[in-house]
Amino acid sequence: MADTIDEYAGEHGLRRIGTRPRLGNYIAEAWRRREFSWTMALLSRRSRHARTRLGVWWSVLLPLLQSMVYGLIFGVLLGSHRSPDFIPFLVTGVFLFTFVSGSFSAGALSISANAGLLRSINFPRIVLPVSAVVEQLLNLLGTLPILFVVALAFDLSVKVEFLLFPLVIALLALFGLGVALIASRLTVDVRDLSKLIPFVTRILFYVSGVFYNPERLGIDNPIIVGAMELNPVYAFLSLARGTLIAGSEVTIFHWIVAGSWTLVLLVLGTVYFWRAEERYGND
Amino acid sequence: MTKRDMRKPVVIVDDVSVTYTVYATGKRARGRLGKDGLVAKKSSLRKIRAVENVSFTVYEGETIGVIGSNGSGKSTLMRSIAGLLEVESGRVFASSRPTLLAVGAALMPNLSGEQNIMLGGMALGYTRASMTNSVDTIAQFAGLEEFIDLPMRTYSSGMAARLRFAIAQHKDHDILIIDEALAVGDKQFRNRSEARLREMRAQAGTVFLVSHSIASIRETCNRVIWLDKGKIRMDGDPIKVTQAYKEYMDSISTSPEH
Repeated sequence: MADTIDEYAGEHGLRRIGTRPRLGNYIAEAWRRREFSWTMALLSRRSRHARTRLGVWWSVLLPLLQSMVYGLIFGVLLGSHRSPDFIPFLVTGVFLFTFVSGSFSAGALSISANAGLLRSINFPRIVLPVSAVVEQLLNLLGTLPILFVVALAFDLSVKVEFLLFPLVIALLALFGLGVALIASRLTVDVRDLSKLIPFVTRILFYVSGVFYNPERLGIDNPIIVGAMELNPVYAFLSLARGTLIAGSEVTIFHWIVAGSWTLVLLVLGTVYFWRAEERYGND
Repeated sequence: MTKRDMRKPVVIVDDVSVTYTVYATGKRARGRLGKDGLVAKKSSLRKIRAVENVSFTVYEGETIGVIGSNGSGKSTLMRSIAGLLEVESGRVFASSRPTLLAVGAALMPNLSGEQNIMLGGMALGYTRASMTNSVDTIAQFAGLEEFIDLPMRTYSSGMAARLRFAIAQHKDHDILIIDEALAVGDKQFRNRSEARLREMRAQAGTVFLVSHSIASIRETCNRVIWLDKGKIRMDGDPIKVTQAYKEYMDSISTSPEH
């Protein structure tokens, strides 16, 4: 009986509805909507601060204020690792970390935040986490001039490695996308996980060397050192610092760590997200 | 599927069931407010069968009215035909992806009407450039020119539904599902949208119309499906089905238990 319906449908050119397209077609279709992702990121970024006087400037101000608070606490009050380049070290860490945590939380919420759109229009759902990451990337790009000024102010020379900085940011963007894709499906599957977002972000903040240099902490436990070295966020921060700060180095090892994590998360994230395509907006 | 119709099928709904899994608090609102009244006893997963083994085939040129009391599964069935809701079992086939128009929340509540038009159109697959050209026409169709720069969250449900319909009608759809979406507009808007619907139908489009208004169903549909508790109770001639439906509704509203 099922076969006859299949045949009958096929004979008249009917296709099944409510099944996800093949991965290749899916990505192609999403690529065709790239303008949508881009416009949505622009508009939602603007609307997020629409009711404030400073508007989009908040996306620059908040990470800056955060850097100042951490600078005050860890640089001045605790003063444990005070070194001449602590300020650019910290600002690089906070600004880039803001992008990672933003991609994580905005990605996780990108499905539930757009329920109205999901319930009425069919489009490849992947454009929602993509647009969430693009919005975070725009925020990051907005803070970069400050980062450059801070780096220059503490060390009046520009390193040759600075040429690699755009590559670090490009790779970081793809890493953020991978994180967002996995987070967005996880929170759809298990809604409780959305409650853990701030918690996970906090842990990641503490273990990624945002405000301290693990090499100067004097940890000699090989397991902790190894785990730290394999932490992709720390790898990204180290790469960015290496291109900006005189005393830091860009190492091949960190490129490998950052690159591998990005590749794995992006491929895994895309497939994982796609496999639940027909479920988004079900509730 | 025993008798093969010679007409060309457009939509086949084959033994579709949809079950919602919801968290029940295990506590009734009117339950005792004693020692355990305020504390949810056990939150349990509860399965609700919204659509049960529904099958039918829609042929080219048909306009299907869908009727049934609240909670009979009309909207759920329509959303699964549109591919917006995963079915539990069964399959839906269609000649092209159906478009659903339903009353509901704003698309993007914090964005203005104009931005919603832009994004809605781009989600449908239009380019940014072509949407820039169409914004005014769509706003005009919705009759919302003066409010187009206000955030959509400030719209009344009628205004929001008008905007959503205006965005969707911008594209020619082969299969269109309208779930009460026209009931909220004022008379002028209804006339405009009914004219547009006739136009779409003339282009060999298939239209599903979910409505509580027997009059508008009789006026626009040439086949009516009556859903009751998730199952098809009757399927056929509009006059016959709506007549039976009316009699049934009258009988339960006069029965002593209600």
